[in-house]
Amino acid sequence: MKVEGPAVCLGADIDTDLVIAGRYLRTKDRSVWATHVFEDLDPALAPRLSGAIVIAGKNFGCGSSREQAAIALREAGVRCVIAPSFARIFFRNAINTGLPVMECACPCTEGERVAADPASGTIEVGGRVYLARPLSPRMLEILSAGGLVEYWRRKQ
Amino acid sequence: MTTLSERILGAPEGSYVDCQVDRAYVHDGTGVLALEAWNAMQARMLARNDRCYVLFDHIVPANNSVTAGLQAELRRFAREQGLPFTDVGEGVCHQVMGEGIALPGEVVVGADSHTCTLGAFGAFATGVGATDMAAIWADGGTWFRVPESIGVFLSGSLAGPAEAKDLALTYVSRLSMDGATYKALEFVGDGVSSLSMDSRMTLSNLAVETGAKAGLFYADKETCAYLREFGHSAGLQVPGECRYERTLDIDMADVVPVVAVPPRVDTVRPVEDVAGIPLDQVFLGTCTNGRYADLERFARVVRGKKVRVRTLVAPASRRVLSRAAGTGVLSWLVAAGCTILPPGCGPCLGAHQGVLGEGEVCLSTANRNFRNRMGVGGEIYLASPATAAASALSGAIAVPGVQG
Repeated sequence: MKVEGPAVCLGADIDTDLVIAGRYLRTKDRSVWATHVFEDLDPALAPRLSGAIVIAGKNFGCGSSREQAAIALREAGVRCVIAPSFARIFFRNAINTGLPVMECACPCTEGERVAADPASGTIEVGGRVYLARPLSPRMLEILSAGGLVEYWRRKQ
Repeated sequence: MTTLSERILGAPEGSYVDCQVDRAYVHDGTGVLALEAWNAMQARMLARNDRCYVLFDHIVPANNSVTAGLQAELRRFAREQGLPFTDVGEGVCHQVMGEGIALPGEVVVGADSHTCTLGAFGAFATGVGATDMAAIWADGGTWFRVPESIGVFLSGSLAGPAEAKDLALTYVSRLSMDGATYKALEFVGDGVSSLSMDSRMTLSNLAVETGAKAGLFYADKETCAYLREFGHSAGLQVPGECRYERTLDIDMADVVPVVAVPPRVDTVRPVEDVAGIPLDQVFLGTCTNGRYADLERFARVVRGKKVRVRTLVAPASRRVLSRAAGTGVLSWLVAAGCTILPPGCGPCLGAHQGVLGEGEVCLSTANRNFRNRMGVGGEIYLASPATAAASALSGAIAVPGVQG
C-alpha cells in the first residue's frame, strides 16, 4: 500500500465545496470531478495532482458529506492525503473509496518527495520521518481491498 | 453513568462498535451515488427496506435533464425496493425525518452531513457518505467509533431578539470549525427546558459545523409532547453524571443577535458590527431555519411592509408550508414581496433557485457560508430569521427588533 510522489501543500479547513463545487455534482461522469477538483481554491491545481500526495492543514474535508470530494481526488490521481486532522465524514468516504488518508502534522515544501505507508503509518517528507495516527484494522482492510464496495463483495 | 452516545451505541467512548441502524436515509443528491455503489456491490436485497428512506430535497424539481434523469433512476429504485419515499415538494430530509419519524434512543444515519439535526430528539444521528449508505442498505448496520462527548451547558433563557440561531452561531464560534471533530456534543443544563423542538433542531443542526459527529439533547417533556402530536409515546431520557472531555458554559441571557461573516461559520460578530452592509438577496429556509416558527417570526416583522431586496423563502417541509398557508403567514410573506420556493433545500447549496452572481451578497438563515457555496464570487452572511427579516426590509444587514 506504500505510495510515493511530490507534495502538493494546502492550507487548513479546506471544505468539500472547495474540493468539488456543488455545481458539478450531478453527473455520473467521474472525469468531470477530476477536471474541476479544487477549482474554486486554485484552478491551476487539478493538472498537478496526478501522482501527487496532498499534504493539507487541519480539518481537511469539512462541510458537506459529498463523496464526490474523495472520488474527485482519487480520479485526479492523488495517491494519498495527509493532514493533522480530517472531518470525519470525508475521512470515512476516503477509506470507502480507496483513497489513502493519514492523520499527521507534516510540514512540507511544495514539490518535496513524499513516501507514505498507511499500513505502518510512516511518512517521509524530504528525508524527515513522521508517524501518523494508526488506522483501525478494518479501515486498513477496506483500503487494501480498494474501497468498501470491493471489501463488501469479498466478504460475501 | 454514561453519555447519551455511549448509552445508545452501547459501548464506552473510544471503542469501535458494529450496530444496527434504526433509520437510514438518502436524498436525491447522495442517493444517486449510493445507488451506483449498491449496483457495483451487486447486492440483491436491502436488509431492512422499511427503514431505508429516500427523501428528495436537494435539487427539486430537477433543474435540467441530467438531474431529472438521475432522479428518475433513484425514484424507480425506491419504488422497486419498496422504500419509504418522499418526492418533490415534501421537504428537507432532516425536517421530514423530524416530523415524527426519528425517535429517542434510535441510531439514525443519513447520507448528508446535517443528519446531526435529529440529535434534537435524543437519537444518535450522524452523517455518512454514499458508499457507507449502500453497505447499510445491504447489511442493515454499520460500524462506529463511539465518540467522546463535549458537554454544552445551557443556563438561563434567550432574551430580546436573540434566537436559537444566535445561540447556535455563538457555540460554533466558541468551539471553532474543528473544535469538536470526531466528538459528540451534548446539550444539557437548566436552560434546555426553555427551548422548543424547533430551536433544538437548529442547535443540533450546526453541530457538524464544529466537526462534531452528533449533537444530542436528552428527550424530555417537550420532546415527548412534540412526538405525541405524531402519535408516538416516547420515554424520557434522564441525564446522569458522566465524564465530558470538555465543557462549554453558555448563559443564554448573554446571547445577542449575531452573524457569521464569510467565508467561515465560526467567524461570528454581533449584528450591529456589520449593520449597513448592502444585500442583494435574503434567504429564509433550510434544515437550520425553515420551520414554521421561523417563517412566522419573519412574517410578523415584514407583515404590512415591503422587502427592499429579493427575498426567497423555502419552507422546510410541506407540513410547514401547509401550516403557514392556514395561519396567514404565507399570505403576509407574499404580500410583503417575498418569493416562495418549493419545500426543500432551495439555493443553500448553490445549485438552483437563487444562485449568487459575482460580487453579490446574501444574508441567509442556512448553516454554511463557505467561499463560492451559493455561486462563484458570491458572499454569504449567516443569521437568524429575525435578523433576516429586519435586513430584508432594510435592504442591508440590520439589527433585529429595532426596524421601524
